[in-house]
Amino acid sequence: MTGAAVMSSLLAAEVPYWASTIIKLGVVALVIPTAALMLGYVFLMKMMSFMQSRLGPMEAGPYGTLQLLADGLKFLQKEDIFPAKADRTVFALAPLVVLVSTFLIYVVIPTGPDAVVAQLDVGIFYALAVSSLSVVGILMAGWASANKYALMGGLRAAGQLIAYELPLVLAVMGVVIQAGTLDLQKIVTAQAEGEIFGWGGIGNPFILTQFVGFFIFLVAVQAETTQPPFDMPVAESEIVGGYQVEYTGFRFLFFFMGEFGTAFAFAALAAVLFLGGWALPWGDLTHWGFNIAGPVILLVKVMAVSALIFWFRFTYPRLREDQLQRLAWKFLIPLSLVNIVVTGIFKVVL
Amino acid sequence: MIAEHVAFGIIAAVMVASALRVVTTRDIMHAALYLVIVLAGVASLFLLVGAEFTGITQILIYIGAVIVLFLFGIMLTRSDFDQDEETDHKRKFPAILTALLLLAVMVGALVDRFEDVKLDANLPGGQTPQTTAQVSDELFSQYIVPFEAVSVLLLAALIGAIVIARREEGG
Repeated sequence: MTGAAVMSSLLAAEVPYWASTIIKLGVVALVIPTAALMLGYVFLMKMMSFMQSRLGPMEAGPYGTLQLLADGLKFLQKEDIFPAKADRTVFALAPLVVLVSTFLIYVVIPTGPDAVVAQLDVGIFYALAVSSLSVVGILMAGWASANKYALMGGLRAAGQLIAYELPLVLAVMGVVIQAGTLDLQKIVTAQAEGEIFGWGGIGNPFILTQFVGFFIFLVAVQAETTQPPFDMPVAESEIVGGYQVEYTGFRFLFFFMGEFGTAFAFAALAAVLFLGGWALPWGDLTHWGFNIAGPVILLVKVMAVSALIFWFRFTYPRLREDQLQRLAWKFLIPLSLVNIVVTGIFKVVL
Repeated sequence: MIAEHVAFGIIAAVMVASALRVVTTRDIMHAALYLVIVLAGVASLFLLVGAEFTGITQILIYIGAVIVLFLFGIMLTRSDFDQDEETDHKRKFPAILTALLLLAVMVGALVDRFEDVKLDANLPGGQTPQTTAQVSDELFSQYIVPFEAVSVLLLAALIGAIVIARREEGG
């Protein structure tokens, strides 16, 4: 059997609905910790260390590659502590809500012509909607901890949502107008099959025409994933970890995976929306090989976007909450509205 | 078809139970969180009948924004988990009466209107769900006047909110 036959028989095999759902859920459940580990090791540990002229973890595994696995095991062994005055049920559920929100974003990210958990007509709209659920988990954590620093962290997180949510959605609008669809899979094909003034050599990745949208999206993602310079809800030096302050062991691990898993998911969304996603502009997009090459291509782009996110993270000092509001409402939102109008005009004229 | 019925039954049961807890729990934070479950149930019912766009909008607006504002407000104004005197269900009989009246009116109206209407049983499986493009096409052609009217109404509410907030700030 040739590769194509194997692949197509694998894909066409009549798996019952429940079985394929379980397989897909399993894949997503494996991808999130792996993604969090990769970002944590490559950027948080190594890139930051190199930027600060130090080596970072070197002991666990070659070049410290197993450091985060060791940390993960350590977290799992720890006692599951509840503060005496905590609202126990809400306290216990909060990290799960954050993690479920992350989990749900991965469902729509396409990694190949058939390699996607669910191809939704509302694609990007769905991703942005479920990503906003994590704030509910953060507010639950902030409230249920019965700790003033946690409460302030939760309040800051909610205030931050007011700042970044609109630019995040509006930045995507330009891409949606250009592609004429919300479906992430179709956005990928629109870019791969697009042409720049009749020349289709590199397709038409939307970053070329939507660089303003790309910039706004990245700033909003920085705030959404509470990465510095917008890490006011956590802010170790001011409110000693914010909503995370009372969490230990595997519940803290959930928050960690949620944070880095969401950063990875948003980097993937940026790669899909602006950098062409899993596709290369050459060759047949429906070819089975893209189901294997696609994830690799997407991963390269995701790492490039993540490098930008973490580069900002390690470079800029923290803003105040009101400075973020001013940045969002007086600069990012007007800019993205102008971007939408200009894109709309070009869409009609061209 | 049977799968949809089972799903509807489960979702509806969870929603009714949570809705009851919203009004019976004495912890206002818990009430807000039970409301999240009810709203998520509404969203899943929309998804179940193939109205993807409406379902996702429900999540984005109600859970992602309205509930977050609720929680924000509670966290700003309450300081501990103590059972609140204000939530002691003093007016529970008028409330129950109103709820029952509303239920009667809505059941009456719905039965009166849809008694003989047979919905297309194949909708979730056979037909494709309503796409976002269809929704927007109808919104901007057939329903353009109501759409614009609602936009103006929202704008007025927005300006009104700012005016009220400003006045109190100035004293």
